[in-house]
Amino acid sequence: MTTPHPISLEVNGERVEAHVLPRINLADFLREHLKLTGTHVGCEHGVCGACTVRVNGEIVRSCLMLAVQVNGASVETIEGLSDSGEISDLQAAFRERNALQCGYCTPAMLISAQDLLKAKSEPGREQIREHLSGNYCRCTGYQAIVDAVEATARARKSRDKSRAP
Amino acid sequence: MNEQAATPQTLSELDRPNSYIGKSVPRPNLDRLLQGRGLYVSDMELPRMVHVVFVRSPHAHAKIVSIDTQPARKMPGVVAVVTGEELAAVITPWVGVLSHLKGLKSAPQRAIAIEKVCWQGEAVAAVVATSRAAAEDAVEFVAVEYQELEAVTDMRAALDSATPVIHASLGDNLAFERTLDAGTVDAAFAGSDEVVEAEFVFARHTGVTLEPRAVVADWNAAEARLTIYQGTQAPHMVQNIAALHLGLEEAQVRVVCKDVGGSFGIKVHIYADEMATYALSKHLRRPVKFVADRIESFNTDIHARDHRCWGRIGVQRDGTITAFEIDDLTGIGPYSMYPRTSAIEANQVVNLVGGPYTTKNYRARARVVFQNKNVMCQYRAVGHPIACSVTEELVDLAAAKIGMDPVAIRRRNLIADDAYPCASPSGLRFELLSHHAALNKLLQMMNYDALRVEQAALRKQNIHRGIGIASFIEVTNPSAAFYGVGGAKISSQDGVAVRLDAQGAVICQTSITEQGQGSESLTAQIVGSVLGVSMEKVRVILGDTDQTPYGGGTWASRGAGIGGEAALQAAKVLRRNILEVAAAILQSTPAELDIANDAVVNASDRTPRIELRELARVVYFRPDTLPPGIQPELMATRHYVPRQYPFAFTNGVQASWLEVDTDTGFVKLLKHWVVEDCGTIINPQLVDEQVRGGVVQGLGAALFEKCIYDERGQLTNANMADYLVPMSGEMPDIDVGHVVSPTAESELGAKGAGEAGTAGAAAAVANAVNDALRPFGAVITEIPLTPQLILTALKRI
Repeated sequence: MTTPHPISLEVNGERVEAHVLPRINLADFLREHLKLTGTHVGCEHGVCGACTVRVNGEIVRSCLMLAVQVNGASVETIEGLSDSGEISDLQAAFRERNALQCGYCTPAMLISAQDLLKAKSEPGREQIREHLSGNYCRCTGYQAIVDAVEATARARKSRDKSRAP
Repeated sequence: MNEQAATPQTLSELDRPNSYIGKSVPRPNLDRLLQGRGLYVSDMELPRMVHVVFVRSPHAHAKIVSIDTQPARKMPGVVAVVTGEELAAVITPWVGVLSHLKGLKSAPQRAIAIEKVCWQGEAVAAVVATSRAAAEDAVEFVAVEYQELEAVTDMRAALDSATPVIHASLGDNLAFERTLDAGTVDAAFAGSDEVVEAEFVFARHTGVTLEPRAVVADWNAAEARLTIYQGTQAPHMVQNIAALHLGLEEAQVRVVCKDVGGSFGIKVHIYADEMATYALSKHLRRPVKFVADRIESFNTDIHARDHRCWGRIGVQRDGTITAFEIDDLTGIGPYSMYPRTSAIEANQVVNLVGGPYTTKNYRARARVVFQNKNVMCQYRAVGHPIACSVTEELVDLAAAKIGMDPVAIRRRNLIADDAYPCASPSGLRFELLSHHAALNKLLQMMNYDALRVEQAALRKQNIHRGIGIASFIEVTNPSAAFYGVGGAKISSQDGVAVRLDAQGAVICQTSITEQGQGSESLTAQIVGSVLGVSMEKVRVILGDTDQTPYGGGTWASRGAGIGGEAALQAAKVLRRNILEVAAAILQSTPAELDIANDAVVNASDRTPRIELRELARVVYFRPDTLPPGIQPELMATRHYVPRQYPFAFTNGVQASWLEVDTDTGFVKLLKHWVVEDCGTIINPQLVDEQVRGGVVQGLGAALFEKCIYDERGQLTNANMADYLVPMSGEMPDIDVGHVVSPTAESELGAKGAGEAGTAGAAAAVANAVNDALRPFGAVITEIPLTPQLILTALKRI
């Protein structure tokens, strides 16, 4: 319980070696050990979605996962997704549409939205609302977020079309 | 104001080439938040910082018999375990009353309870440790012995003689009572063709900001100065209160507000645990951090509403409303909150009921009672959802009684758009509202007549849809009438300082704050427009009592109207100063010059004369080249407060279109419309998004949100799985339209827009549900409209 365990993982493409208490969750590990404070903590019981990150390509709630469970895994946070440019168009769409106010839900909202956009090239508004329904936003009322995700999907589709031979 | 005026009015300083006023430009600096590079208080760490976790009462009402802190003190990482008695030597208690709310009483509240606890969740001891986890571990080892007392939970019984009095020194559980009797109410009811009455019930709910309340307090003993990093809407208010109760001068307290993860009124109050954190920092001479967890948020963030309001309306067969009468009862927990008090909401209900309508006959009583539940206070749209729901549901009930269409009865009774200025029976003064223009626009947007046809057709297929309409008025741009006259040191004025830096960019310091509404953007838009510089060159600094002018902050829909006007006036002075210098350099006159696209230009032909960057270079580095006697002032400060009207009232109207599943009781929101009149619109996109966000908070109250207490005062759903909030899947698209009636009190003409959405959303939904249920003869006057409530009304369960 009180003995730190060694873990080795990749975070945003960088190798990380650490010793962690078995009880520390992934969200606290990212925030407190690695100072990756873009991952936010809202409810700490897996409901609000603010702590969403990617582990081995899948979105997870980092408050419901222990740091020891990501031993050997690849973790991606908003900082990594921003630096790589993977979601720069989605971020721009959020900015243009004012799809964020206080910004606390935003990193996780972007990660959840990108998860949908990778799986479906042209999701309808209902599908977008459904996919994001695990991410709580108290500020926007969601419509601007749905608009921004929809606009990104359309832009990506037309970009992909124009690139096709 | 009619619809022809639906474009922003001409403003000499703002209606300029390349003006940002009225444009949907993106907010500055959003990339910081989009990339996870914001700095919320939760993210902050300081050297030698320790973490406080509070031991909180499991009982709603109990005597504290003993507290044994010794075992906890021995736990690893523990720095201190502090009780209320120990902390009382550092910080004094407070009483949440205001002198203009006559008769309002409350008991002294302490940072940490002594002798007695009055609600489940009140702190009884603080554990300070090197990490939050260590502090949480040690909390388990603080042994507190309680003697449980009978809890006062039902507000209807709070005033009964058999009910225990929570604070013996106050004599009873009545915190505040206000009555009003205007016109000839009895005669009006006696002469009415129909009188309809109902009791309206509004559940307790709460703000559920995604970032919980958080504070880092840093007492530097060597400087004798306390720096408070806090997600607050009102930094100068926090500065004043912290200094007052810690025995410091205000100059010894600095309040810094970085990014804030949602506020909505939750973060505009002074909380006991935050006061305890300031005091602990002073006591321990090091930085102390407190971040509420979600259970603490539910148990200690202010709750809102919790009203039972009886109301009646008199109406003639032709639809003329003859009178309104209400009797409102609200439970506020064991203390009136500090310093804004918990009587403001009931006071607003009395002020606002019947507000959109012409009848002069209005009688009201509001009583505010203490209970052993969490504290209740001002949350987004304070009092408006109660007043709007009671008024608009009564109007719909009256219309149904006389067989009149809900639109027709409103058209007959809404104050005419050419009747201003005028006043309400409760004494509210309206400068210029646009109820009829707003209603007409709404009906057009929603295609009302077609929806009625669709509704009738679907009813034949056993599909039950409803339309609900709610007109409302909203208090914005409050003057000193709100708090200042009652003795609270909460400023109603705001200040803005603008200066040209040495490269021709603009730095702007404002006393309004940002929690995502767009304060930074509207300030930059106004300053950029007046100065003729691009927004990218305007840097806005907010949320720091050491850095900004003194002012109120962002609450009560005041940021744009008050802080925006101060920005406008400050920028005008700087512009004049720049043109004077430019005239001297260019051997011209200020009248012949203007500023556009970051350069001084000829007013006549817009030819660029000198770049602002070059002008700044001359002023700051080669003043020797200026003509003798010229002392440029490239910094200007102006303050603003409304003086003519106590409040700049806005108005609007909302409509809901929804479907009730009469087998399951579920409500599906199909569409929502809002027409709002907030005067001059600085950024249409930001206004619309404030409205949408506000509507969804109102929809949460209408359908989902309820703090469920048991009879012992235990909050039984203090988590996000059991307390339901609106999520994207259940929310409709919301169409927003505008009528524009600027206030003539300021040059900017802007009124507030932040709370309008919340004011009327629940009323629109309630009217729509009752409209859908009309064939069943069922009427529900309670929110949230849960499936259980609906099925009960339908006699299905």
